[in-house]
Amino acid sequence: MSWAVVQRRVVDWAPAVAVFVLGIAAWQGLVAAFNVQEFLLPKPTVIAQTFWDERSSLWHAGIYTFKEALGGFALGSSLGIAVALVFAAFRPLGTAFIPFAVAASAIPIIAFAPIFNNWFGLLNPFSKMAIAAVLCFFPVLVNTLRGLTSVDPRAIELMRSYAAGRVSIFRRVRIPASLPHMFAGLKIASVLSMIGAIVGEYFGGPITALGVLILNASAYTNFPVAWAGIVVASAFGILFYGAVALAERLTTSWDPSRRDFHTE
Amino acid sequence: MASIAIEQPGRARVGEATHAAKRAGLVVVGVAVFWGLWEAYRWIGETLGITWPFRVDATNMPHIHDMLAAFNKPLQPGGPTLLHYEWHWALFTAKEALLGFVLGALIGFGLAVLLAHSRILRRGLLPYIVISQTVPILAVAPMVVVGLGTKGVTPWISVAVIATFLTFFPVAMNTLRGLLSPDPRSLELMRSYAADRRSVLWKLRVPASLPFVFSALKLSATACVIGAIIGETPASIQDGLGGAIVNFNQYYSTGPERLWATNIVCAVLGLVFFTAIVVAERLVLHRAPEHVA
Amino acid sequence: MNDRPAVAISGLTKQFKAGVTALSGIDLEVQPREFISLIGPSGCGKSTLLRIIGDLIEPSAGTVEVNGKPAHRARLDHDYGIVFQEAVLYDWRTVSKNIALPLELLRWSREKRSARVKELLDLVELEGFEDHHPWQLSGGMQQRVAIARALSFDPALLLMDEPFGALDEMTRERLNLELLRIWDASGSTIVFVTHSIPEAVFLSTRVVVMSARPGRVAGLVEVDLPQPRTARTREEPRFFELVTEVRERLAAGGAELEVTA
Repeated sequence: MSWAVVQRRVVDWAPAVAVFVLGIAAWQGLVAAFNVQEFLLPKPTVIAQTFWDERSSLWHAGIYTFKEALGGFALGSSLGIAVALVFAAFRPLGTAFIPFAVAASAIPIIAFAPIFNNWFGLLNPFSKMAIAAVLCFFPVLVNTLRGLTSVDPRAIELMRSYAAGRVSIFRRVRIPASLPHMFAGLKIASVLSMIGAIVGEYFGGPITALGVLILNASAYTNFPVAWAGIVVASAFGILFYGAVALAERLTTSWDPSRRDFHTE
Repeated sequence: MASIAIEQPGRARVGEATHAAKRAGLVVVGVAVFWGLWEAYRWIGETLGITWPFRVDATNMPHIHDMLAAFNKPLQPGGPTLLHYEWHWALFTAKEALLGFVLGALIGFGLAVLLAHSRILRRGLLPYIVISQTVPILAVAPMVVVGLGTKGVTPWISVAVIATFLTFFPVAMNTLRGLLSPDPRSLELMRSYAADRRSVLWKLRVPASLPFVFSALKLSATACVIGAIIGETPASIQDGLGGAIVNFNQYYSTGPERLWATNIVCAVLGLVFFTAIVVAERLVLHRAPEHVA
Repeated sequence: MNDRPAVAISGLTKQFKAGVTALSGIDLEVQPREFISLIGPSGCGKSTLLRIIGDLIEPSAGTVEVNGKPAHRARLDHDYGIVFQEAVLYDWRTVSKNIALPLELLRWSREKRSARVKELLDLVELEGFEDHHPWQLSGGMQQRVAIARALSFDPALLLMDEPFGALDEMTRERLNLELLRIWDASGSTIVFVTHSIPEAVFLSTRVVVMSARPGRVAGLVEVDLPQPRTARTREEPRFFELVTEVRERLAAGGAELEVTA
């Protein structure tokens, strides 16, 4: 990496780092100055200390829940992509079903968390995976489908002029063109999967689960631990998002629509 | 960019009426299909004794007509029907969701305008805005409700705050994308008019961003309802759908249809909010039809 | 109309970062009511030159005066209108509202705006399309809207960057005639960038031939064809002579030109 690139990277990230430092400092200062109850918001130093003290149980709980999230992500996303391919290949089917898919995504999935726990068992990680999967399914389906069906008509015409068949057109044009959209959906799903797993655990789960750890800590007024757990949950979510974003960058570096901020 | 020849605007309106009728018909068909599938699976499952992925029995899969019938049954012996309660719970949650939606939309929009005008702020704040959504708001909800409570904020407003948290994000991100979407030519044109930043914002960026804003509002419509229900649950607020879910979940085995009935109400609430935005979008947006394959 | 030049360029140089010299030592004067075409090979900087006149890009060296003022002042005083190759119309506005955009920015009253928009629709022959949206119009019609918009506040100078480049030949020839009619009716000065030699000769009073990068003025060709020009003008011998002259100047200016005639 040349010096110029390193410099550019530093400059790019400097504002974010500055905000982070200022944020933490403000947090520490304001909590002390306003004598905020420890219940609401412990000082960052307190949370950091708790983090260190409880690192083992936090780590294991985090991994446990992350596995549920990962499973749900894999299940929900692959289903979403599969259904998107079907809808894109058989348009009438898609046009008929997409309104239902959209309506279904409007249903507050949290209402189904207790039902999944009942179906698959409170202590069974699959119940939380199912919740995560449902949360992932819709964004991946909607975004991937949009990508598969918003190709420049001229690109399709070109393929037809080569007498390329439907499958070939799919493989060579639609699927590559849909990758940026698909990744947009996958990034959303990555964050939602972790949240889905924790929401599920809040309605009941084994004590090895992060959501249960946070819930119990709150119930026993051990708020530094609760907050440390929240930080762990967030950290896993960020790492998961980052991993998907990295995969996106590696596979779609050709996409000219990538701008200087990451949205979607 | 050269485009298609002149359209006939009048003809479209006749087509729209039959289109809407077709849509309504499709909804009825869809509901019927779902109902059929549910009952069929239940029947097959019970006959064959299916236990994977879950046991098929009366507790796990109540009949749909039982779920609907539950609305008519009284909650307490001799008391008002479940429907009566569900209606009030739904209104309570809707109130929180609506406030959350409005606040979230305003904050999201304001944030987007701010970030659209400053690259430094974008670089500094965007990562944290994205990160904010990785925090399981469910876990933070009790702290928010109690904390705001000590400052004299009534619980339902605290729940609205939680709904705001889930709502502002799609609005902020999509609006930002929309505000930054005009191409360099459009911006050059504005420069040639010596237009100031405010004019560029209101005459170019904001109108250009409206399609993005509406797609975000559709996401937010569902997010605010989810946020409201999530906010109520751990804070043990009894007057809304979240509280109902927790209670009916606790006593699930004695009356599974009640939880399902509540879920139906949640679904309807989510759909109502979503449809409102779809209607608003139809009224407000007049854009070029997408030219895609 | 006073007798100072509409546009006065002196010693203009433009270098982009990464060492690309787009323009080098341009001197040019455009008199009021002239119709000037800038023609040259790709990359010769003609669009850049146009943008510098419009104060949309800053020169590296030299001066540009429009209407006797620095270009920057002229832009702030709304002394020119600009038309690009893409019409750049706003999807969410009707034809009338698109034309009225600069007038809104200039804070004209609603009555004045409506009256002016009506005049302009007549001028570009788009009466009846007030409430249409851009996507309902053909490319040629969209460009006419863009021209109407550029003329809305009656600027003394009109800058046009290959406005008909995206259109088919027949529409192009028709719009050329229309543009000449509009030029005559509005009395403005026009600086017109184009790739097409016949178009440049047909429209202009003078053709500025530019050399390949770094762009310099390789030659000036006076077009002495009679006004008003008609479709017949393209068939006159003098027309072909002038086209040939321009072509030879271009070749002498040292470049392969994508010839469209």
